[in-house]
Amino acid sequence: MKPNTIARRSFLKKTAAAVATAISLSIAQYAPLANAADKLGYPEKEDLKFGFIKLTDMAPLAVAYEKGYFEDEGLYVQLEAQANWKVLLDRVIDGQLDGAHMLAGQPIAATIGYGTKADVITPISMDLNGNAITVSNKTWEAMKSHVEMDGDKPKHPISAAALKPVVESYKDAGKPFKMGMVFPVSTHNYELRYWLAAGGLNPGYYAPHKGDSSGTLDADVLLSVTPPPQMPATMEAGTIEGYCVGEPWNQQAVFKGIGVPVISDNSIQKNNPEKVFGLREDFYEKYPNTTIRIVKAMIRAAHWLDAENNKNRPEAVKILSQPNYVGADYKVIANSMTGTFEYEKGDKRSEPDFNVFFRYNATYPYYSDAIWYMTQMRRWGQISEHKPDAWYKDMAAKVYRPDIYKKAVAELVADGVFKKEDFAEVYNTDGYRGVQDDFMDGIPYDGSKPNEYIDSMKIGLKGETKL
Amino acid sequence: MNPLKWAIIEPFYKLIIGEDRKGQINTIVKMVGLPLAGILIFLLLWQGAASNIQTSLGQFPGPVQTYEQFQALSEEADAEALKEQEFYQRQEERNAARVAKDPDYEPRVREYTGPPTFFDQIGRSLITVMSGFILASIIAIPIGIVIGLSSNAYAAVNPLIQVFKPVSPLAWLPLVTMVVSAMYVTDDPMFDKAFLNSMFTVLLCCLWPTIINTAAGVATVTQDLKNVSQVLSLSWWTHVRKIVLPCSIPMMFTGLRISLGIAWMVLIAAEMLAQNPGLGKFVWDEFQNGSSDSLGRIMAAVIVIGIVGFFLDRGMLVLQKAVSWDKSADIR
Repeated sequence: MKPNTIARRSFLKKTAAAVATAISLSIAQYAPLANAADKLGYPEKEDLKFGFIKLTDMAPLAVAYEKGYFEDEGLYVQLEAQANWKVLLDRVIDGQLDGAHMLAGQPIAATIGYGTKADVITPISMDLNGNAITVSNKTWEAMKSHVEMDGDKPKHPISAAALKPVVESYKDAGKPFKMGMVFPVSTHNYELRYWLAAGGLNPGYYAPHKGDSSGTLDADVLLSVTPPPQMPATMEAGTIEGYCVGEPWNQQAVFKGIGVPVISDNSIQKNNPEKVFGLREDFYEKYPNTTIRIVKAMIRAAHWLDAENNKNRPEAVKILSQPNYVGADYKVIANSMTGTFEYEKGDKRSEPDFNVFFRYNATYPYYSDAIWYMTQMRRWGQISEHKPDAWYKDMAAKVYRPDIYKKAVAELVADGVFKKEDFAEVYNTDGYRGVQDDFMDGIPYDGSKPNEYIDSMKIGLKGETKL
Repeated sequence: MNPLKWAIIEPFYKLIIGEDRKGQINTIVKMVGLPLAGILIFLLLWQGAASNIQTSLGQFPGPVQTYEQFQALSEEADAEALKEQEFYQRQEERNAARVAKDPDYEPRVREYTGPPTFFDQIGRSLITVMSGFILASIIAIPIGIVIGLSSNAYAAVNPLIQVFKPVSPLAWLPLVTMVVSAMYVTDDPMFDKAFLNSMFTVLLCCLWPTIINTAAGVATVTQDLKNVSQVLSLSWWTHVRKIVLPCSIPMMFTGLRISLGIAWMVLIAAEMLAQNPGLGKFVWDEFQNGSSDSLGRIMAAVIVIGIVGFFLDRGMLVLQKAVSWDKSADIR
């Protein structure tokens, strides 16, 4: 189906809704939204296969399946764990998967052509937060003397400045200091880099135009890719000294006694956007009803996960600990999912927002979130050249599709599952969160002015610089 | 086919009827006692070693934990079967509801969308390995016959065989995956791509022993037989059918048996690497899960992989013995 057909159809829909509104104004406040003429059609494709990586933030998919939300939409979904982020993306692009739990940076990078070029879109964001940075016991011992103490416990958040002397001692000894992240365009890569740079360490640059995809040019700390579930084992083997990864792989390090998480990503940026649900643009064009129904089911799942102060979380943890989902032990997953996080063994702290699935409009695909990722891609050289602000906005609008999200919300309201007030922000936002000043280094971010933000970073490429 | 003459039963029967008691006891000890002793010693060594290996996921699983995990896997399969039933029931209701609303709708019964159980994975691996192996044999046997008959053809093909034979399945896999993805484009696929990827990888790795052994078998046809064929002026096809095939079948089966062994090993590796459904994926998933049960479950899978491999080999051995001329030859 051509996009203009869709536009025409949605125009007709809107007209119909407007007429209906005029007629039924006197009946009930929300009656027009439940109008039969406005009803979403049956799904065009009913058998679907979605991929995911074994991480707790795939929960909305597992919950939508186990609670029957997909089936309520007439969708028969198979969920399949994937080996790593690259395989997952490739399989979405070549059609083996209809959609997947993705790193927010993946659809963006695919669209702008960093790595594999393909038109991948995201109609819904899957969660906020959920990552942490862990260092090995050895590194923690060396770092500890530089960490500010609060009584007998370290004062959080811990800055990478405490790591700096350790990295320098490695440099003096002529050894590289290595850390792991999960994918070149992963949130984890940008978060780890953000943390290191905020503490005065350079994590290195990418230079794709020169064929350099290792991201270690001028680096103080060498970052390399390791799939999430292998992180603890890789650190245990001594290949890396620390890593940034999603749960449960930080808590796993604590349980195994091999490392110490030093900071959760909520402390690097409060309520930072994390995973998204990604699918091909032509999938949406071909199967619009199916896509909207997928989003409906996932919004319900996200809502269930956060409902009534996380009261469903223990049940969610039980679902996730099944071997076909995350599969780690219940107690490991529960540690972060039920509102606490254990740092150094025994140092368990309350982190009610360690994983957010619905609160704070977590599911809405904000353009400004997409642009933040692109500012980091530019900062570290993955976008090798200066681009005007308009380019960032255009790209964000190409990838992030609140239009699909809004249709799903309208359907959910029409179905009577939610009230319009539950999504007040959705009806009012222009897609930009406004100025965010909750980053650990205090630099404010305004999504409508990406270049200004890029230029305000101490470490990183800025302006017209090209490596 | 007198069951009393079966190798497993005969010594016991003879022992009971009192025929050569000492000889029978010897036979029984050799046949049952020694293998049992071997297994017992292995289990003890395993238990001993396991209790000394402390991994970050807990103690290395011994025979007892492995058995427990095997039971847990069976229970999970039962629970999944129950969920499957409910799934079909819900689907029926939903289909009925939709037909009531929308009479044009043709309901379709979908297969269960839940995760495959351990036993599904075993079945899937078996189907994949047999498909790859049979397809490879269909290709390899004719090639083997042709190059066995003609020394010129042999000289032409041999370098290729020698080069491709040692290639690891893990090297073939990326090529196969890319080619299948590019070539196999259809909206309504009969086979899923993961199946084809595993199957072609298996095929590419288990062609060679069959080709080489078939060719060698064909080459063993004696000059006398060739002369007879010439004197009778048999057509090429009759010559192959009446003289070459019967002579080369024993060798051919030797090749097939090696091929099947390779196929099974290759398949598990391919499944692990490409995350294609099957036992290999089961092992890799469990490794990634890193739960305290994972190692026990992997060990259970290892034992099953071994036992399946053993039965595949035995099956081929029985076939090989059946087609072998020299029944007195000790094939093992």
